[in-house]
Amino acid sequence: MSDDRTVSTFPEGVWTQPAVTVPALEGEPVQRVTIPASMRYDYSPGLTQTRFLRGLEQKKIYGERTPGAEDVYVSHRGVDPVTGVPTTEVVEVGPNATITAFCVVHIGFGVNAPPTPFVSALFLADGAVVSLYGTVGEVEYDKVRIGMRVEPVWVDDDALTTSMENIKYWRPIDEPDVPAEQLKGHM
Amino acid sequence: MGANRVAVIGCGQTKYTAIRGDVSMPGLIREAAYRALDDAGLTMDDIDAVVIGKAPDFFEGMMMPETYLAEALGAVGKPLFRVHTAGSVGGSTAIVAASHVEAGVHERVLTIGWQQQSVSEAMWALSFPIPFQQQLVAGAGGYFAPFIREYMRRSGAPDDIGILVALKDRVNALKNPYAHLHEPEISYDSIKESFMLWEPIRYSETCPSSDGAFAMVLGSEKAAEQAQAATGVRPAWIIGTSMKSEPATANGRDQITPQAGKDCAADVYRQAGITNPLEQIDMVEMYVPFSWYEPMWLENLGFAAEGEGWKLTEKGTTQMDGQLPVNCSGGVLSTNPIGASGMIRFGEAAMQVRGQAGDHQVDGVNTALGHAYGGAAQFFAMWVVSAEKP
Repeated sequence: MSDDRTVSTFPEGVWTQPAVTVPALEGEPVQRVTIPASMRYDYSPGLTQTRFLRGLEQKKIYGERTPGAEDVYVSHRGVDPVTGVPTTEVVEVGPNATITAFCVVHIGFGVNAPPTPFVSALFLADGAVVSLYGTVGEVEYDKVRIGMRVEPVWVDDDALTTSMENIKYWRPIDEPDVPAEQLKGHM
Repeated sequence: MGANRVAVIGCGQTKYTAIRGDVSMPGLIREAAYRALDDAGLTMDDIDAVVIGKAPDFFEGMMMPETYLAEALGAVGKPLFRVHTAGSVGGSTAIVAASHVEAGVHERVLTIGWQQQSVSEAMWALSFPIPFQQQLVAGAGGYFAPFIREYMRRSGAPDDIGILVALKDRVNALKNPYAHLHEPEISYDSIKESFMLWEPIRYSETCPSSDGAFAMVLGSEKAAEQAQAATGVRPAWIIGTSMKSEPATANGRDQITPQAGKDCAADVYRQAGITNPLEQIDMVEMYVPFSWYEPMWLENLGFAAEGEGWKLTEKGTTQMDGQLPVNCSGGVLSTNPIGASGMIRFGEAAMQVRGQAGDHQVDGVNTALGHAYGGAAQFFAMWVVSAEKP
């Protein structure tokens, strides 16, 4: 091997650097290390989400719609996802809701996961057109049904923040199920 | 269409495994890339541009590796860029690479998809808390399982269709030396008795986490003829490509059979002249990360009427020796480096057309479909490859 070695194939021979001398290792080379990683950031939610998050602090669920339109979105990103038109009209939805889909989770992820098995579900708040994610409580996991009526269970008043974490889980209420066919398109 | 013809003229991949600890990310990619070049009878000097795709950076904790990969590939000075479309990225990347050749600017383009799942925790990356929505404390399976339950409810499919899919794909994987999972002892009962993760999804009905890369060389008509003369392997002509997407949440959106998937299939079939997909397509490599997605996509892709896809699975149509073999490679259920999984589907379809698939080769494949999806089942990418020049 010459003193110089080519480190790229193009442009040919232009970039060269001295050959690297690697001292012999004693013992096994380190091939893997586990390093905890985290990222801290400031989040600016913007007008739409500010209204939504301030509502949660008051135990209210605010959706929004485009003026004149019927579809109320929650949790929204400030525009109607179908038309792209800004949603500026605030509409309170829920707090009662209907389970549109669910699964029984036997393996939880994240620090906030409840003990397994638990039910992860999609909840269509009354008056909204799309569902929110959450978990179901105060009912056996094998008794949960599509169409089941539920209400949110909030954290204690002194623990309320501007966060979805304010809803601990959803629990069944004594109302008849909504037929599953009516829930298509609203998951 | 006015586009120049383009064909797959080389394929290369790594042996997929849970932890590929002996190479770095650039080394992994280089391995697949140079195998594809060898397959095409070419060297990097012959390549005009490189198009790469990988999973979202926080799935691997490696930010923007494309900024230093040209060196590792020996491709400094060549155009190199990256495509981002979540789980469908491997498919989208291949389509973007094809468009380079179709445009007539490049003769030979190298495209690579990869992921090293072992260097981070994708499940965690999908479960981090964000303030404006309830934390999904259940990972990807927890996201998709409710839609599978709804599919089962609507279609009235027997409970064990998912088990049949998982058994087929894992048995197919035994014929593919590159597949991650090789489970010779797999059986209907072992799948049925495996741990329930996200009911109705069992452990053996879900995909593994894999390290690996897949690369292809795409060439113009002239490049394809030269490669065939040099290697004796026929090119896989790309006769249709399509990408479609839709919002993750929208009033009327049907997560069970997304409109974007239907539109993508209709678009790619129109380009390929396919009016009866079940009759005209000889095999499919379909993105099935959870077993039940086979019948769901069979319907979404027009191989069966709505609610009827499970019947094709049940009667063996999608087996290696069936009318429409699906995932002869073992599929995503046997190998899942997320950023590569779409490209593996596209590449395996091309390998079948080229007659390169070895023990999992289906006889007489003339036309094959590669399919990928990603995000909240909202991004779709598909291509149709053919042995016949369009």
